[in-house]
Parts: sequence; C-alpha cells; structure tokens
Amino acid sequence: MKVLFKGGYVANARPDLSGKMDVLIVDDRIAQLAKDINISDCKVINIEGKTLLPGLIDVHCHLRDPGYEYKENIATGTRSAAMGGFTTIACMANTQPVADNRAVIDYIKKKVKAEGVVKVMPIGSITKNLEGKELSLMGEMKEAGIIAVSDDGKTVMDGHLMLKAMEYASNFDLPVICHCEDASIARDGVVNMGYISTITGLRGISRVAEDAIVARDLMLAGETGAHVHIAHVSTAGSVELIKTAKDKGIRVTCETAPHYFSLTEKAVENFDTFAKVNPPLRTEEDVQAIKQALKDGIIDIIATDHAPHHLDEKLVEFDLAAFGISGLETALALGVTELVESGVMDIHGLVDKMSYTPARIFKLPGGIIQEDTPADIVVVDLKKSYEIDADKFVSLGKNTPFNGKKVKGKVEYTMVSGQLVVSRGVLGGNK
Amino acid sequence: MILTRKDILGLKDIKKTEIEAILNTAELMKYILKQGNKKTPHLQGKSVIILFYENSTRTKLSFELAGKYMGASVANISVSTSSVAKGESLIDTGRTIDVMGADVVVIRHPISGAPHLLARHVKASVINAGDGMNEHPTQSLLDLFTIKEKKGGFEGLKVAIIGDIYHSRVARSNIWSMVKLGCEVSVCGPNTLLPPDLEKTGVNVYNNVEDAIRGADVVMGLRIQKERQRSGLLPSIDEYARYFGINEKNIKLAKKDVLIMHPGPVNRGVEMTSIIVDEDRSAITEQVTNGVAVRMALLYMLTRRSVPDESIV
Repeated sequence: MKVLFKGGYVANARPDLSGKMDVLIVDDRIAQLAKDINISDCKVINIEGKTLLPGLIDVHCHLRDPGYEYKENIATGTRSAAMGGFTTIACMANTQPVADNRAVIDYIKKKVKAEGVVKVMPIGSITKNLEGKELSLMGEMKEAGIIAVSDDGKTVMDGHLMLKAMEYASNFDLPVICHCEDASIARDGVVNMGYISTITGLRGISRVAEDAIVARDLMLAGETGAHVHIAHVSTAGSVELIKTAKDKGIRVTCETAPHYFSLTEKAVENFDTFAKVNPPLRTEEDVQAIKQALKDGIIDIIATDHAPHHLDEKLVEFDLAAFGISGLETALALGVTELVESGVMDIHGLVDKMSYTPARIFKLPGGIIQEDTPADIVVVDLKKSYEIDADKFVSLGKNTPFNGKKVKGKVEYTMVSGQLVVSRGVLGGNK
Repeated sequence: MILTRKDILGLKDIKKTEIEAILNTAELMKYILKQGNKKTPHLQGKSVIILFYENSTRTKLSFELAGKYMGASVANISVSTSSVAKGESLIDTGRTIDVMGADVVVIRHPISGAPHLLARHVKASVINAGDGMNEHPTQSLLDLFTIKEKKGGFEGLKVAIIGDIYHSRVARSNIWSMVKLGCEVSVCGPNTLLPPDLEKTGVNVYNNVEDAIRGADVVMGLRIQKERQRSGLLPSIDEYARYFGINEKNIKLAKKDVLIMHPGPVNRGVEMTSIIVDEDRSAITEQVTNGVAVRMALLYMLTRRSVPDESIV
C-alpha cells in the first residue's frame, strides 16, 4: 500500500528539516521525502496549501477505560485523538480499577488492539489505588508497557513516600509525572483564589497550593536523581521554580495544557462549569508567564489533560460539577490560534511542543517527519477559520469551555502507522 | 414600572435605574402594607414557588407573605442541604416546577451560582434568595430601601460594613449596589474573613474597626457564624467581639445620626453589643418590615414583564 501526500508544506520541529516536500508512505513507514515525487502506482492525496506535521503526541489524557466508559472509552477516546491530530496518546491511571498492576495495563493494551485507532501508551499509578500509601507494581507494569507513573488527579501528599516512589521508579527508568496541588492548602476550593473567587463567592484554591508541591517534588527530584515530569503547569510561580531547578541541572521536564494559555479565571465568572478544571484557570499574569515559558523552553511540551465527563456531571451546581475539560479535539487549534497566530511561536515551535519533544522525553517513536520512520502523520489546514462545535466532538466528553470559539488549525488527515484514520476532516471517511 | 429582565440573580449585573425603579415600587408596597387590609390583587392568578435548599425563617416568611398579600398562590418546597448532591438534579426540579405553571421561583441554595443554573433552564422568573457566598440581592434591596427612607439618598453616603465579609452574600450584594449608587463603602473584618482583592470592587478595606466606622452615615454589622472558630478562622468569639465588634465606644466615631443595620439574626454581644442593637438609631427591626415591601415589589414587577404598555426600565 502506497500513499503520496503531494504539494504540502512539511513542518518539523527543526525549520531546517522543513519545507515544501512530497511525502511517500509505503506500508507503515515514511519511504521517501523529496521535492517532487512522481510515481503512478499509488494513492495520491493533494495537500497543496496545507501543512503536514508529524503525528501529535499527547502524554496526558484520561480515557476513562476501564470503569467510566460512559465518560469515554478506548474506542471513542482514540477516535477523538485522531480527530485532533494525535497519533500517540498516553492515558492516565485513574480508572476503575486503578491502573496499578499488570492486569489493568494488559486490559488496556488488549482493548486498544481491538478497538483503538491510535497508539496508546498507558501510564501506571504511583501508589496502589491512588491512595498515596503503598507503591504500585511499577516493575511488572513497565514490563507490560507503561511509559511513566503518575497518581494524576491526586497529589501524593506523603513526602517520604514520594521520595521512595522516585527512587523506585528510577530502577525501572520510569519518569514520575507529578500532579502538584497541596491538598491541605487547596482544601475544597473550586476556582483560583483571587478577585474572581471573591466576586463569585466560589471557594478559591491558592496558586501556592500548586507552587508548594512543585517545589517539594523538584527538591525530591534533586535528592533522588529521578526524572520528574510536572503535569499541567498553571502558575507563574511554578514556572519560576522549574526554571531554577533546570538551571541547577535537576532532571525535570514539564507540560502545560491548552486551557492554561487560552483562558483565565474570568471564564468561571458566570459559573460556567465547563471551565471548572483542576488546577483551576488562573490570572492573566499566569497566562502570560505560561506563554513566555513555552517560548523560552522552560515548559517543554503541551499535553491536553483531556478529561471527558458526562454532561450530567457538568450540568449541576458549580461545587458539585466534575473538574475537567475535554481537550483532544481542540488542543491543536488552540495551539495554532493562541500561540502561532498570536506570534508566541511559529508552527515549528508548536510541532516541537506537541510532537517532537513529547517523543524525546518519553522515549516514544515518531515526532519527526523523515525517511524510514513510522508513518504517523497529520495534515492541517492552518488558514481555515472555523468555530469549535462541541456537539460534533467524537469524544463522549462534550465538556469544553471553548464551544463556539473561532479558531484556526483544522485537521484534514490523520495517519497512524500508514493507515488513514481521518480523511478530509472526517473519521474513517473517504479513504 | 416593570423590569425587562427575567430574573433577579444578583446586583452585580443590574443597572442603577433598575435598582431605583424597584425601590420606588417598594415604596408603594410599603404604603399598602401599612393599610389595615393587606390584600391586593396584583398577583392574582400568579404562582410563586419558594424553593429553599437551606434553612431560613425570615427570608422565607418574607417572600411567602409578600406573595400572599398580593393574592398569589404560594407554595413552599424545602430540600435538606444534605440531599443536594444525592437527590433530583436542580435542573430537573426546576423543570418540574416550571411545567406546573410557576411564574416565579424563589430559590435559596448553599452553592454559589445555583440560581443562575436554574434560571437558564426554566421559563419562570427566578429570584435569588441567597446563593452560597455569592449574592443575596433582596436583602441588599431592603437595606437600600431602609437607607433611602432614613437618609433620603445614596450619593456620597459613607457606609461601613463590619464582620465576616468572606462568607457573606449580603456583603457582596451590598458592595455591588452601594458602589453603583454612589456610596463610599468601607469594609472591615479580621483578615481571615476578608476575601482577596476586595478593593477591586471599589470599596475601602480596613484592618481596624475604628478606621472603618470613622465618619460613617451607616454602620452595618454582619453575623459571625460560631462554626468559624472551629475552622481556624477565628481563635475565639470573645476575641472577635473585642477587636471587631461594634460597641458603644467605637460607634462614637461614626456620625451622630448614624444608621445602625444588621441583616439578622444578630448574635448579641458578638458582632454588636445589645445596646447598639436596641438603640434608637438602629433600624434592624424596620429592615425586616421593608423586606416584605421590597419582595412584593419584585414579585409584582417580574410578573408584569409581559404587559406591554407600562414604562420599561
């Protein structure tokens, strides 16, 4: 099977490896990359005026499978990923049962093989049942295929246990992904603490709740030498701490999510539960710091923190609503609109944040368009402006605060291992 | 006069002219209340549902009487706070009430923003009778009505609000409305009971009561919940009374004709001494009467929305 993408602009993280080129796929590999490829015995897809990127890699999403299949499952979640331009995704461990042992990882792998349409890399939990008391079976989960450990959704509040978790994870060369929020500072807060919490009467979570645990985990990383990856950085304070740690040579990487550079706490001013997320949306000052940190490379990557929920869990009183934003199908467009269009970075920079560097940090294949690599590809129309329509999400989670937002960056084709999963912007359509 | 808005959810987003129209209508209602025969046909054929997810005596009774004095069919639904999370969803409850033909739903709820959620999903008008720590617009309106009666207006009036500002929906509604009407508003309480960035709303924030009260035309005390002590916000109720209470000594710093107010119920000897509560300059009892008038005005104005030939504000 041969497919030729013709006439598009190939955008790699490195501008010198980019340019207007044709891309020939043979079976599951990129076979040839050249100015003008003319062969006859293949399917030709004309992508004149479009941009061809390495398939996006999301190292932080929630597929809710097993246990919460009504929110999302492997079939819908991986299709949602493909629609968003992702060819590889890493799913978090807070399922039911929790991914804290080999059996759950095997289940996920098996289900992905049967029903998935993109590559899925499971993440195991740090502690059994996310209880923060005993370490999970990291060794056997590594053997089963996890790429990292995380209690995401919860902070391991026991500092001693976190130190031990880092030491043990290092045995198996597993990065420790840290969800940073001091539960004793955050308490039962639901929005950022500040002017908006004051005028809405919604309970606030101080930014220090995040900063304090970021500081702790960075120091533990320095102490243990473990690779720590800070999840969903949302505050200017965290950025500063991470910069200092990196300057000191501590093995730390980090991510932010699109909503932390696209929205401020003002989004909850009218009690919009779709904008209720953890960590909470912060202030304009934080948004600017996040953008600057992405630009400066202090924040290494963008991950979605795709957190799908059933509408019944969102159409309730603010305090009762679930935290989280369905993000796989809006991440690229938000990156294009809020970062590329607004001049924070160019498309190469965005490819770096959403594909190349995620692959390098988590030692995954892909992240680059070059000959003899896996044919994980996304073709995007960077110019076409459109409105985000949550009703059209393939994800079961329609919970987005971006519904109706005008954006650029529409996914036209997603190819995973040489298979076209999305064609002309439609799932599986018109191969 | 009528209101074009469907709901009264708070005073943050209400226009000054709307507040003035409500207060003018309430004046008429107070006149009716003073008559021996407190029965008017204004709300005949209309139904008012009082949906309370929190305990309340005075606000609930006040709305109930306001509706009944004007001939509305009034029904009460009380839902215990503990069942908020488990029971029927608020939207479903709202829809049920809606299809039974409610014209106005009066809701009190422990969670900020709950009335807004309800309002988006029902055809009936929604009046917020207090939501979490967010707003309590009818309490503020009755406070304004009382101030207007006693002081004649709002422009340049110095108002000091003392107490647990953090948890107070009354404080928030009053801040929005009073700043809008041209009052100079000062707030004071222990820092543990002051929410962050409060000065951005246009009020002066003081650390000590004397500074807040000095030269005030109106001094309003807010209730201190005894449970705040347990949650570490106050070391003791006595210490609160000593440093933040309104008493015979610090009230002397206010203007001679200061108006003393409190939304009730009062913890005598905590946020205010008994002498202050009962003195001549205190309007605490009158506030309650005015509450009925203001609520009559709101019920009337919201149910007249569809009448085309009245002046619209």
